[in-house]
Amino acid sequence: MLKIKCPFCGVRDESEFNCGGEAHIVRPTTDFKLTDKIFSEYLFMKYNPKGVFLERWCHTSGCRRWFNLARDTVSHEIIEIYPMGVFPKTVKGKKAYRANWRRKSKSEAVSKHAKRTKK
Amino acid sequence: MAKLNIDRGTRAFARKSKRYSIFSIAKNAASYHQKWQQAWRHAEPKSTYDAVIIGGGGHGLATAYYLANIHGMTNIAVIEKGWLGGGNTGRNTTIIRSNYMWDESAAIYEHALKLWEGLSQDLNFNVMFSQRGVLTISHSEHELKGMSRRVHAIRLNGIDSDILSPSEIKKLVPTINIDPNIRYPVMGGFLQKRAGTARHDAVAWGYARAADELGVDIIQNCEVTGLRRNGNQITGIQTTKGFVKTSKVGCVVAGHSSIIADMANIRLPITSRPLQAIVSEPIKPILDTVIMSNAVHMYISQSDKGEMVLGAGVDKYNSYAQTGSWTIPEHMVAAAIDLFPFLSQLRMLRQWGGIVDTCPDASPIISRTDIKGLYFNCGWGTGGFKATPGSGHVFADLIANDRPNPIALPFGLKRFETGYLIDEHGAAGVAH
Repeated sequence: MLKIKCPFCGVRDESEFNCGGEAHIVRPTTDFKLTDKIFSEYLFMKYNPKGVFLERWCHTSGCRRWFNLARDTVSHEIIEIYPMGVFPKTVKGKKAYRANWRRKSKSEAVSKHAKRTKK
Repeated sequence: MAKLNIDRGTRAFARKSKRYSIFSIAKNAASYHQKWQQAWRHAEPKSTYDAVIIGGGGHGLATAYYLANIHGMTNIAVIEKGWLGGGNTGRNTTIIRSNYMWDESAAIYEHALKLWEGLSQDLNFNVMFSQRGVLTISHSEHELKGMSRRVHAIRLNGIDSDILSPSEIKKLVPTINIDPNIRYPVMGGFLQKRAGTARHDAVAWGYARAADELGVDIIQNCEVTGLRRNGNQITGIQTTKGFVKTSKVGCVVAGHSSIIADMANIRLPITSRPLQAIVSEPIKPILDTVIMSNAVHMYISQSDKGEMVLGAGVDKYNSYAQTGSWTIPEHMVAAAIDLFPFLSQLRMLRQWGGIVDTCPDASPIISRTDIKGLYFNCGWGTGGFKATPGSGHVFADLIANDRPNPIALPFGLKRFETGYLIDEHGAAGVAH
């Protein structure tokens, strides 16, 4: 059982939360460059690491607000909790962000939004 | 629905001296059972193989067996990180059925069920396949209507399936609570009589022994650390026991599929989640049918040892920890006690959490990849055990002939580009 510290409500049991899966996925926006393969990569393909994983959680049975979490998928240790729309600040969190294959994927390459956030 | 003639190959153990039989028991009894032959050799990796299967679970061993038996590829190896059947194969809730709604799923699971019927004879190993029937119950009027739609679709594919009323269910399963005032009232259900259970360890051991007899090297305690390729062609695998040269690699590693795919820079739509099961202390025979309920996320059966075996859905987060959160067993025990009040008297014996490879459309991936000679058989999620023989059978065909047969064809990775998904969440959902 995970104990998650909701940034708005404090520490609660995992059963109050729902996991929204991988965080920081960028939807490809440049329609004219979009192929089925690129869109499939964005929509279906998963980053599924054995180690630190950045994911979105929602405090469904509490404040119903979303936040990001950096968690180890082997030890279940929660490394960092940070708000939506920003990037992790811990060393492990940053490393996990860079290690994701999406950072080098075509679906992110054709996204204007991803280019903006990189700057 | 695609149908293939079931090619069972030539049976292993043609030589009578090594066969298990009533005579071999009598013969070995005379020597106080001290002289039983080893079930399979302790193999060390050779330098070159025609094909290597990564993963020594049920599906991997079945693939190796059918490669050797049907396709004549005997210079092959199965490489396993731990011990044979030590992962999900040896701990799942062993439910076998083929009552899936979509034609593509019906084809592969029915193919598997036909192979299950006769598997003990094929392998000369008692896998204790017991066609005790699987009953899926519904708890609302609407679920019952959806269920009858599914039953008709399943019957159109020639797979047995019957709708039962609450009183018929009570007759079949006297211990069930059909009081209309409980939290999850039993409104009806559907039964596949040919469905049932099998002994999971025996499936792994049976396939391993038969594959070994045909010359397959089974290498345990050997982890794959890298894939080597020359341009677009696989040339070998790096393992903890050294480099092995091969031009064909079949990956059947369930929860760790993404790890192997990463070594080859291939993307898979797989998430690894814990799936849990619990077992009670053994009691006298009281339940001779498998009971499933999609709405309350629970399935239950009684093992031959007498333990009540309970399972449920996956945990909600990605994990490789081979455990899970207590909320899942708690929920499943609550639902089970509502249906079978006597269960509240039982103590829990053990709990298991295994890492399963869930796929967005709850259907497996049996596919070639962009790299020549690299094949994946994964994404079985929570329900791979029932498909073990069928999965191995069609995957062996794919590896040997480098093209998917009509049963495997719809399960290619390409479906995530074309959008031709086989959405089995309805049939699978939880009780997959």
